[in-house]
Amino acid sequence: MRGIACLRHDRAGGALPTVSGRHGNTGEGHRMAAPAPILRMSGIGKQFPGVKALDRVDFRLLPGEVHALMGENGAGKSTLIKVLTGVHDIDAGEIELEGRRVAFSSPLAAQQAGISTVYQEVNLCANLSVAENIFIGREPRRFGRIQWKTMRRRAVEILSRLDLDLDVSAPLASYSLAIQQMVAIARAVDIDAKVLILDEPTSSLDADEVAQLFRVMRRLKEQGIAILFVSHFLDQIYEISDRMTILRNGALVGEYRTSELSQVELVGKMIGRELADLEKLEARPSALEAAPLVEAEQLGRSGAIEPFTLTIHEGEVVGLAGLLGSGRTEIARLLFGADHAGTGSLKIGGEQVNLRTPRSAVSRNLAFCSENRRAEGLIPDLTVRENIILALQAVRGWTRPIPRRKQDELVDKYITALNIRPANPEQLVRNLSGGNQQKVLLARWLILEPRLLILDEPTRGIDVGAKAEIQRLVAELSDGGMAVLFISAELEEVLRLSHKVGVLRDRRLVAELDNDEGLTTDALTETIASGARS
Amino acid sequence: MTSITGLLDRRRTIPQKYIPVLVTAGLFVAMFVTGGIRYENFATGQIILNVFIDNAFLLVVAVGMTFVILTGGIDLSVGSVVALATMLSASLLKDGWPAYAVMVLVLVIGGVLGLAMGAIIHYFEIQPFIVTLAGMFLARGLCYTISTESIPIDNPTFTDIAQTRVNLGGDLSVSPSAVIAVVVVVIAAYVLHYTRLGRNVYATGGSEQSALLMGLPVARTKIAVYTISGFCSALGGLLFAFYSLSGYGLSAVGMELDAIAAVVIGGTLLTGGSGFLIGTVLGVLVLGLIQTIISFEGTLSSWWTRIFIGMLLFVFILLQRVFSGGSRRRTP
Repeated sequence: MRGIACLRHDRAGGALPTVSGRHGNTGEGHRMAAPAPILRMSGIGKQFPGVKALDRVDFRLLPGEVHALMGENGAGKSTLIKVLTGVHDIDAGEIELEGRRVAFSSPLAAQQAGISTVYQEVNLCANLSVAENIFIGREPRRFGRIQWKTMRRRAVEILSRLDLDLDVSAPLASYSLAIQQMVAIARAVDIDAKVLILDEPTSSLDADEVAQLFRVMRRLKEQGIAILFVSHFLDQIYEISDRMTILRNGALVGEYRTSELSQVELVGKMIGRELADLEKLEARPSALEAAPLVEAEQLGRSGAIEPFTLTIHEGEVVGLAGLLGSGRTEIARLLFGADHAGTGSLKIGGEQVNLRTPRSAVSRNLAFCSENRRAEGLIPDLTVRENIILALQAVRGWTRPIPRRKQDELVDKYITALNIRPANPEQLVRNLSGGNQQKVLLARWLILEPRLLILDEPTRGIDVGAKAEIQRLVAELSDGGMAVLFISAELEEVLRLSHKVGVLRDRRLVAELDNDEGLTTDALTETIASGARS
Repeated sequence: MTSITGLLDRRRTIPQKYIPVLVTAGLFVAMFVTGGIRYENFATGQIILNVFIDNAFLLVVAVGMTFVILTGGIDLSVGSVVALATMLSASLLKDGWPAYAVMVLVLVIGGVLGLAMGAIIHYFEIQPFIVTLAGMFLARGLCYTISTESIPIDNPTFTDIAQTRVNLGGDLSVSPSAVIAVVVVVIAAYVLHYTRLGRNVYATGGSEQSALLMGLPVARTKIAVYTISGFCSALGGLLFAFYSLSGYGLSAVGMELDAIAAVVIGGTLLTGGSGFLIGTVLGVLVLGLIQTIISFEGTLSSWWTRIFIGMLLFVFILLQRVFSGGSRRRTP
């Protein structure tokens, strides 16, 4: 255990390493002879109605470092960032930037002080040109007149420093999300940033784009900019970050050097328990020979998915693996009647059906958790209870309202079963973290006791702890006889849960593999890459 | 070298954002040519200038409306503010106020009304639709507290302006109102394209949330556009007073809808963030030309103007849908 938790500093702040080179001191030798922090937050507290988002949190950033802010969803990462950038004000504690106490009333104020943020969703105006997005608010002007030529020239310069070659007068909307993200960084950096906050910048980037982003980050680091980095991808954290601060339930767990904390230890600290829970699932009982529940025969829809044949048995978990856009969601939508099949036939429970609408699928006890939980699933301004009860009420029809007592009973049961936090049925769903929102969506469908549950990316963008809980839940449901169609971009997860894995490539179901001892993520990757297993 | 090839590249494909404006321009030209073929004495410069003269007030009002719609808002009060401006001018002139003092006062009142509505919209986070609807009733009601009757204007300054024609050489001439309208258009186009305020208008319309997070003064921008719209409405009211030489509480009923129609036909997205002032000018010209054609036709009732405007609006809204929907489908 030596070397862990070495940088955990006490709240008084007196034990912070200083510039002086007391480097070789015994017992403190592993402390960095670090320069003075550029940013120091101490004793930060923030309360939301019903939720204590931050509780006496300390945080500091050194110049020229990449500092990862770690924690589960709902641990307080977003709140800490919002407090730092002036979106929220703080209830307690203080913020010091370069030794001066500061309080930001708005993102603009924070920006002017040198704290720039690039959010998960690209917060630029896609209708404006690339150059404008970099410069708006600070356009080069002469006598109040915007100098478009100068602006475009300088935009090209800034982007070339980040190895980007774009048509700066094209609207931002014409570029991919990854490029838009880089433009957001270009903008942030150009504002003489001392602190750059990257909030989940990599969640929508592919591997090459991530590499490009990291190149940019390293370059900025060399220039002495302190980077606060938030990501759910542990590998990325370990590749790019120098130090990390871990939060849990709104409180500080500690500050560590990345090189001195193993991934397992990190996850343990984030979720506050050991990883055993995660690993336990590995041993899945072999596929049981139950009655087929869903039989798709040459089912297809032109332009969406080539005709495929797929059988799902009761109590079976069928995983769908494949790249984004390979037709995973399209299969789910066909089975659920959200899209109308052009060819083939579908049997549910041995009976030939023609699903025209999701409603008819629901009436046959099918349930579908969309990958887009915000847009297609949850209603953020309704409470947890209302969201959970929604599908059941829809099935019963609006003329037969569910008695309030019955609602409370059901909702309480699922809140407990799924460990939804905060366990308050009257909390608005918008105030929940991503993982808990996902659980609310799951609860909504589970309440209907479906025979087939279609889960499209149920664990995307949620943290390790919630992920493990959802995986365990899926396993339990299938043990209880429910069939599950499980779609995920994470192959390990698909392998861990599924009895059978369907592999998709270019809108075609290219292989159906039994998940036996021999099937590994490497084999799956290869199948996805090569098309079919011969 | 690179700039030349770049230029050629750019010329080959017309950026999507210009397409709606080009469609409107094409429509205008087509209407003009058709009119020229069908009717004698139609295809003259003076016809177009007359459209400017007859619609100068609408043009000015539509300029203000363009600012508001570019931010994603709407201003329903403009017609009433126009009426209020004519009423105020007429009654104050009748009381013997000097003409220029009246003009300044009317413009200030229009601006303040817009400012108040903008502030309410922003600080209380109320839909522009409701706030400006309230403003519409308020301004219209104020007209009747001044007088329920039409008040004629006989102030010499006003009548002079009404009768003056600026000669443009040849047989062509325009009214001072048309000149004022064109000046307003030029200033507004400059503001939209070359000033921070203008770019903030586009940014706010593109995504208010992003604009806020980029540190742009969204509050100031939103309040400014309603102030501009109020000011433009008051100015439009003055031009209307020059045109009609009277003030009447029932004038300019429904002008807010004409202004919105002109802006939409000009290719500006109702959701904000995309559009050009030149489009609004073309929109007003198209509306004006429809009226001219119907008057040349002679047999058609003037209500056909409405029918054509209605059909055009449908077409343009569908057109916008096709463009915005098309771009959405490409980035799933």
